[in-house]
Amino acid sequence: MTRLTKKEVLHVAELSNLKLSEGEVKKFLPQLSKIIEYVSQLSKVNTKEIKPTSQTTGLTNVYRENSNELGETLTQEEVLSNTDGYNGFFKVPAILEGRTNK
Amino acid sequence: MNKYKIIIGLEVHIEPNTKQKMFCRCQQDHFGKIPNSNTCPICLGLPGALPYINKEAIEKIIKLGLALGSKINNFSRFYRKHYFYPDLPKGYQTSQLDSPFCIGGELLGKKINHIHLEEDAGKLVHETIDGEKVSLIDFNRSGSCLIEIVTEPVFNSVIEVIAFLKELQLIARYLDISNADMEKGSMRLEANISLSLDGKLPNYKVELKNINSFKFLEKAINAEIERQSKALNSGEKLIQETRGYDEIKKTTFSQRTKADSHDYRYFPEADLPPVELDNSEIEKIKLKLVELPEVKRKRFAEKYKLSKEYTEILILDIKRANYFEEAFKLSPNLITSIANLMVNKNLDKDFSEPAGLIRKILELTKVDYANSSDVEESISKVLYENPDVIKSFKDGKGQVIGFLIGQIQKKLNGKGDPRIIQQKLLEKLHE
Amino acid sequence: MNLPLTIKETQEGLKSKKFSAVELVDTYLEKIKKYNDEYKIFLTINEEGAYKKAKEIDNSDFTLPLFGVVGSYKDIFLTKGIRTTAGSKILENFIPPYSATIVKKLENAGVISIGKLNCDAFAHGSSGENSDFGTTLNPWNKEYTAGGSSSGSGAALSSGMSLISIGTDTCGSIRLPANYGYLFSLKPTYGAVSRYGVIAMASSLDTVGPLAHTVSDVETVFNVIKGKDYLDATVTEKSINNKNSKFKIGIPKEFFVGGLSKEIEKNIGEVIKIYKNENVEFIDVSLPSTKYGISVYYIIQPAEVSSNLSRFDGIRYGGLRDSFGEEAKRRIMLGSYVLSAGFYDAYYEKAMKVRTIIKNEVDSIFTKVDALIAPVAPTPAFKLGEKTNDPLSMYLTDIYAATANLSGIPAIAIPSGFSDKKLPLGFQLMAPRFGEDILFKLGKIFELATDYKPKVAF
Repeated sequence: MTRLTKKEVLHVAELSNLKLSEGEVKKFLPQLSKIIEYVSQLSKVNTKEIKPTSQTTGLTNVYRENSNELGETLTQEEVLSNTDGYNGFFKVPAILEGRTNK
Repeated sequence: MNKYKIIIGLEVHIEPNTKQKMFCRCQQDHFGKIPNSNTCPICLGLPGALPYINKEAIEKIIKLGLALGSKINNFSRFYRKHYFYPDLPKGYQTSQLDSPFCIGGELLGKKINHIHLEEDAGKLVHETIDGEKVSLIDFNRSGSCLIEIVTEPVFNSVIEVIAFLKELQLIARYLDISNADMEKGSMRLEANISLSLDGKLPNYKVELKNINSFKFLEKAINAEIERQSKALNSGEKLIQETRGYDEIKKTTFSQRTKADSHDYRYFPEADLPPVELDNSEIEKIKLKLVELPEVKRKRFAEKYKLSKEYTEILILDIKRANYFEEAFKLSPNLITSIANLMVNKNLDKDFSEPAGLIRKILELTKVDYANSSDVEESISKVLYENPDVIKSFKDGKGQVIGFLIGQIQKKLNGKGDPRIIQQKLLEKLHE
Repeated sequence: MNLPLTIKETQEGLKSKKFSAVELVDTYLEKIKKYNDEYKIFLTINEEGAYKKAKEIDNSDFTLPLFGVVGSYKDIFLTKGIRTTAGSKILENFIPPYSATIVKKLENAGVISIGKLNCDAFAHGSSGENSDFGTTLNPWNKEYTAGGSSSGSGAALSSGMSLISIGTDTCGSIRLPANYGYLFSLKPTYGAVSRYGVIAMASSLDTVGPLAHTVSDVETVFNVIKGKDYLDATVTEKSINNKNSKFKIGIPKEFFVGGLSKEIEKNIGEVIKIYKNENVEFIDVSLPSTKYGISVYYIIQPAEVSSNLSRFDGIRYGGLRDSFGEEAKRRIMLGSYVLSAGFYDAYYEKAMKVRTIIKNEVDSIFTKVDALIAPVAPTPAFKLGEKTNDPLSMYLTDIYAATANLSGIPAIAIPSGFSDKKLPLGFQLMAPRFGEDILFKLGKIFELATDYKPKVAF
């Protein structure tokens, strides 16, 4: 009932910022369909008036202590240690597209 | 162009002046720091790092909500909002969705939809290095606290937009939430603009982004209104899009964004327990509110009888407004001089204490006092011109003295020493 | 020298100068060097750091709770200055500028960190076969899986390359490798141990816990790593004070039907008999909605995975997103799908609601019993390659694990014998949130009753 289409797979790949090869699309399509079909059994469960659980701790109002004391920062050298920086900045190929968010 | 009704909704971002960032202990104030020197594993989005809520930011947003008459939610939580952009280190922004801290509210009669708390992104700089076009990223601002005020689409002119923003800025300053300085980026604006023939909300809106000063704001919005009305006049169908403003060409331009980009795949942030505020806590924050500009404006007009222009200048800075009121308490009779010297000469800047200003006024005015023969002459003239008033005085209405002193000062161009005038006037009246 | 298999033995040996900490490190390293190329248990060996720490321990007054304990970490825990890969090529050269809270806590308690352990890339898997650096072989039989995703954390102990190890459990990843390695392990209550500095898989399900050769070693390590660090806002300090002298354990009928192997069913039947002889009472209970556990898990987990793996964009660290392995890509895709516009309510929201139902069922059962007994997995360790082409059948390995993660309760894996093929067998006990103490007490009862002796494969 819930077979994914190739279009959906490509759409989801784009949302996920993944460039899939033709081979990967071919492989994932039936695999993802099978999993989606399996998890779709949840539609049978009556969840009327049930509140969703997004965390199990039951905690609320957990705030940082010492909000007046600044924490230790990483040095610029540490920040850039896992990449090639440029004059203290991170460098990426020119961004042509605008931000998508508000 | 007049046949269209302008419809504008605003999204205003304010960087609050908290000590720390939203979810880590780096400094909120990132202005002018060397690149990537104000980050930690959390705001740099390193693997394994987790957020932790800064309570100071919550207090600030609630203060703002209370000042704008919003309903404060007793239950609020954070969501993850997903999109990919190089300045967004985690690939999602920790923001809010269905349970923001403040709902509704109003400012200058303009309805607010909600106010929520989120984190800021890093900054991109575009450069060409060795012939190659690149973008450079600085994460100093990443993870900073950001308050977003979302209004309803209720603005019908640029003038209304500017008035709203100026008042919002003033409130933010009064409440010590933020300096809300557009030029420094601590207040940023996005305007959703559309034109309507019948007054109803059309099925498109253009999001105008990155408006960084009051000066450009007016030009940018007007340019966009002009573009839209021209397009509509020539029968063109307008589309939903994001546009920026080109200062040089004085026009707006379409900003390319990825297709499907608005599917943010929000879900509740499991790393942060929700925030539950009971009404007593909200009341406690309410007690910290100060008199808001609009109330002060009215009170100044009534109590001090100052001109609108003078009042506006004095209340623009809460510290100056307080200074003025203290000076007034010390010497109510000098109110005109106090206001004059503050508004026209900024003399309050030279004297940290209002008492100093008062001494200075007395000193200044003493030198210029009219001599005693001029004073006596003026008194005689005024008494001659106002026999009715003298009668009232003799009938026991002592309060007319003030009126007479005012008339005498007028003849002396305000240069009389009030004490001497009063003394001599009383002598004459009792003769 | 013969390697000690418990903390007590290790510390007594050091105190009585039977051996030094440096000699201990020599012996562990010797074993690692001999077998690691073949068994692929360690991804990075911290030789220099281990000797430095060992010398410190030898010159110390032996008072720290874990002095001289040689430990190793699933390569998903950040270690400052020591490569951390998460088992993925995308982080092949990542050197973290900070350490996970639990690494700091253990080192401060006297642990000698000997290295970083192989695992399924980003902890996605139940067999270790998703590691980009080769599959960990099971020391008990190298044709079989060592269990995943903390594959190296189990194998390091069953091969005697480390005394204790730390793993993560999002849906069985600590319990399964312990189960397939004849070891004890604890999947703590969600929120008992800080996750700071642990590469996140599914934020609402991830837990951090120890593997060891005895219950009391698991307990000792847990007591060191648990508690607040003010870096993970979900951590609470709490424990249930259970003063029972007589325990009651529930047998959820749903866990003993369907695909469970006869051998495991029989073994757990014997376990129940042993407990009954020790005055532990058993009653049949029902958790009807736990059958939806894997479905709920395979919606919530990929959703959170797709979010948590968004930060790997190749800009600040690591390779480009193309270098994610197949399983990571599959889960990211699945997660983006269930969260995307038009599907959120049918999948993610629905799964969170069914999660509530499961949690409520579990919570209400604990008003009747102190603990629950269940298999760890449907079968003993399976052969490598058996499930690699069928992700769903691999996912179903975790069918008995999901309940504890979805409801946030603690679970202990306990070894209870060997199969006909000489592969380890075991079971798990679950307790209410923050009821770890109950699990330790029940584990010790079993150890004593069976005269349990720690074993390594070689």
